[in-house]
Amino acid sequence: MAGLIDLANPTRFMRLSAAVLPWMTGAAVLLLAVGLYLAWFVAPPDYQQGETIRIMFVHVPAAWLALMFYTVMSISALGTLVWRHPLADVAQKAAAPIGACFSLICLLTGAFWGKPMWGTYWVWDARLTSVLVLLLIYLGIIALWRTLDEPSRAGRAVAILTLVGFVNVPIIKFSVEWWNTLHQPASVLRLDGPSIHPSMLWPLLILAVGFTGLALALHLVAMRAEIMRRRVRTLTILEAERLDRLASQGLPA
Amino acid sequence: MSGLGPHAGFILASYAAVAIVLGWLTLAILLDHRAQKRALAALEQRGAGRRSGPVAP
Repeated sequence: MAGLIDLANPTRFMRLSAAVLPWMTGAAVLLLAVGLYLAWFVAPPDYQQGETIRIMFVHVPAAWLALMFYTVMSISALGTLVWRHPLADVAQKAAAPIGACFSLICLLTGAFWGKPMWGTYWVWDARLTSVLVLLLIYLGIIALWRTLDEPSRAGRAVAILTLVGFVNVPIIKFSVEWWNTLHQPASVLRLDGPSIHPSMLWPLLILAVGFTGLALALHLVAMRAEIMRRRVRTLTILEAERLDRLASQGLPA
Repeated sequence: MSGLGPHAGFILASYAAVAIVLGWLTLAILLDHRAQKRALAALEQRGAGRRSGPVAP
């Protein structure tokens, strides 16, 4: 918590994020390159699914990140409503498009995997439908941010919507256990350990860490842009007030 | 891509979707960052927010 309070100062956040970003981006690109090499040239085809297993290496990290970013947004929503952390709604706003993109990737790659394996691109089962609902919640949050002009008002409204939408996260995770779905149960995050062979598990984990690094780097850049946008908004208002004052005194701008 | 078997199109389409969506997202975020940086620099150059007026060149 002390670290978060230290970062509450946007100036300090801008300085620290500028220092961290090149390292985070470099590490993410390296991990993605290694992971993609292992996924394409080292991991064997699956004994049942054949070469289509290569879709798993992007589908599963996308699904994890879609859920992770929603969880980050929910924690940020608590930061906005409970602790009034100055960067909480900045983090939340910057995370929404990233989470939405990973949800979309999850749905698209799932459809491309589903057609050859299940015989259909889409089925209204609990897992697929709940991920679609997640994408729609992300889009609703992005739309709400754009509807309200004043950032702190928008932040509080979005925080409430985000926390309400969090109910969907455990539904997505446990949908394959609670209902009879076409989607397979979890193969990695299981109480009795992963059920995937290490030759496939390692590329998957490396790619998951690589995609997470890339997503976090994008999140930092988006947060920096949002902080600057708010500064631009404040300065524009101050400048307009100054020009009004000068005009009322009959002085040139 | 015969090495990818009969479902090569689906595999390639998946990776293309990842590249397109992440490429678009990265570009959008970087362009927004650049636009805000330029707007902020322009305002600061004009002396916005200061009572003393524009900064001398």
